[in-house]
Amino acid sequence: MSQGSAIVEAEGLRKTYKGDVHALDGLSFSVPAGRVFALLGPNGAGKTTTVRILTTLARPDGGSARVAGIDVLAHPGRVRSVIGAVSQHSSAVSLLTGRENLALQGKMHGLRGRALRRRVSELLEQFGLAEAAERPVRTYSGGMRRRLDVATVLVHRPAVLFLDEPTTGLDPEGRADLWAALTGLAGDNGTTILVTTHYLEEADQFAARVAIVDRGRVVADGTPDELKAGLRGDSVVLELADPGQVELAEKALAPVSEVRGVAADGTVLRARVADGPRALPAILAGLDASGVTARSVTVARPSLDDVYLHHAGRSFRNAEGIAIS
Amino acid sequence: MNTARQAWVILASRYLRELYRQPVVIFITLTQPVIWLLLFGELFKNVTEIPGFGGGNYATYLTPGVVIMTALFACSWTGMAYIDDMQTGVMDRFLTAPVGRGALTGAMLAYQAVITIIQSAIVIAMGWAIGATFPGGAAGIAALIAVAVLIALAMAGLSIWFALLTRQREALIGASTTLVMPLTFLSGAFLSLRLAPGWISAIARFNPVNWAASAGRTAVASHPAWATIGSYAGFLALALAATAVAATTAFRTYQRSA
Repeated sequence: MSQGSAIVEAEGLRKTYKGDVHALDGLSFSVPAGRVFALLGPNGAGKTTTVRILTTLARPDGGSARVAGIDVLAHPGRVRSVIGAVSQHSSAVSLLTGRENLALQGKMHGLRGRALRRRVSELLEQFGLAEAAERPVRTYSGGMRRRLDVATVLVHRPAVLFLDEPTTGLDPEGRADLWAALTGLAGDNGTTILVTTHYLEEADQFAARVAIVDRGRVVADGTPDELKAGLRGDSVVLELADPGQVELAEKALAPVSEVRGVAADGTVLRARVADGPRALPAILAGLDASGVTARSVTVARPSLDDVYLHHAGRSFRNAEGIAIS
Repeated sequence: MNTARQAWVILASRYLRELYRQPVVIFITLTQPVIWLLLFGELFKNVTEIPGFGGGNYATYLTPGVVIMTALFACSWTGMAYIDDMQTGVMDRFLTAPVGRGALTGAMLAYQAVITIIQSAIVIAMGWAIGATFPGGAAGIAALIAVAVLIALAMAGLSIWFALLTRQREALIGASTTLVMPLTFLSGAFLSLRLAPGWISAIARFNPVNWAASAGRTAVASHPAWATIGSYAGFLALALAATAVAATTAFRTYQRSA
């Protein structure tokens, strides 16, 4: 796993909270420099704990981590100078203006005078906040706050930017804006971006590499294409007409020899097969025999959903449901 | 030196600016102590005539007591700002920036010191307006404000420590209201302890609020007993050091469990 150019390395991280909750159970991964890297997993998988450890906010019970070559446990102070960390909640001081928030952060990183003023204006411009710069942050929309959060932690040009679920709670437009900004940063500035998300589509679309986290461990990692190609085979996606027939359909598909696994998400069933077109007749015959009617049937290349199902042994949505309840 | 500069940045670029943006808070901060002074001044006006009090003008007796009480009350809420910061992402932002934990505590204590100095000055001016006299002069008044700052910051440190451990508004409100009133009334802030039951004066001997009230009152009286004031101030400084260290190390507990 370790690569020469890895800028973030986590090795065997363990963390147990009171009440024997194993948040991290030997979690390891490494992040190549200058790309967007996604830690993908359902809520409760251990993503936030991992980011808190890497950004010096929490200490693990075991394991080690290095950021930009600096040991996180031995030199947390030095790590703080080279990272930017955006937490799930807005980190802006809401009575201060956008410009004042940026200036405060810059001063904490030792910037001052003209260099500070120039950097602040540059970031306000870059994140589309120049017009709102003199307004108190409490008047900002959710999307503007999030952009300010990101701009704030970039003031000292960190080598690595950590974002914990940055798009949660944003509308689609806000998400698109934020992702455009993030991918731009990784592309133009060569900033390494580590983002956690429970949105499969986001990881698939925007991350150069993905590590899939489940129950405190990384169960698979690679580029989205590698992960999907690693599955070999297709998914047959069935949309059922009657929600009451989901269980019946699952039972009907279980004995079909071509089917390797089935995951249900609402009225949509995904069946993993080696060769979609070839398995289709047997699947349809199985459903027909049980009296299940499908509204649509499609053969799809594997998605990250399927990757998660394969490695974690349960569907992503089910895992989220378990974690939340 | 670096810690001091960082604390200054946070004080000036955050706390003082936030205060400036909240005129309502400024107004309450400035008027509340005046209300205490006028209310208690009227209510207990004739108390000096009780045999054993020692006579004199009650405004003169009361003013240093209200200075100390105001400082104590205001600073008991210090931890609330930390709870707000923990519930938003602001605390994490500061903790992932290269500023020391000591600078975070230092900035907040410096802010509370500024508030305490301003409030104390207002109470003293108002006390003078209703007839209090300060024979101790400028040096005495400065000493009174200094002990008010010491007790205020000791309380602020305690409040921050408690906030970082519990992270609950309700817990802090409960603890603050439970602690501050008894501490004030188990002291000579409003009444001479010569009139209080023996057990109260016994407890008051170990009550930092009483140390501050006694030292402050002695300082503004004629012929201040500087040795006594100095030893009270020394004990208050120790209390402050203890709570400031507790507050700063509580960050570590916060990080371990977060």
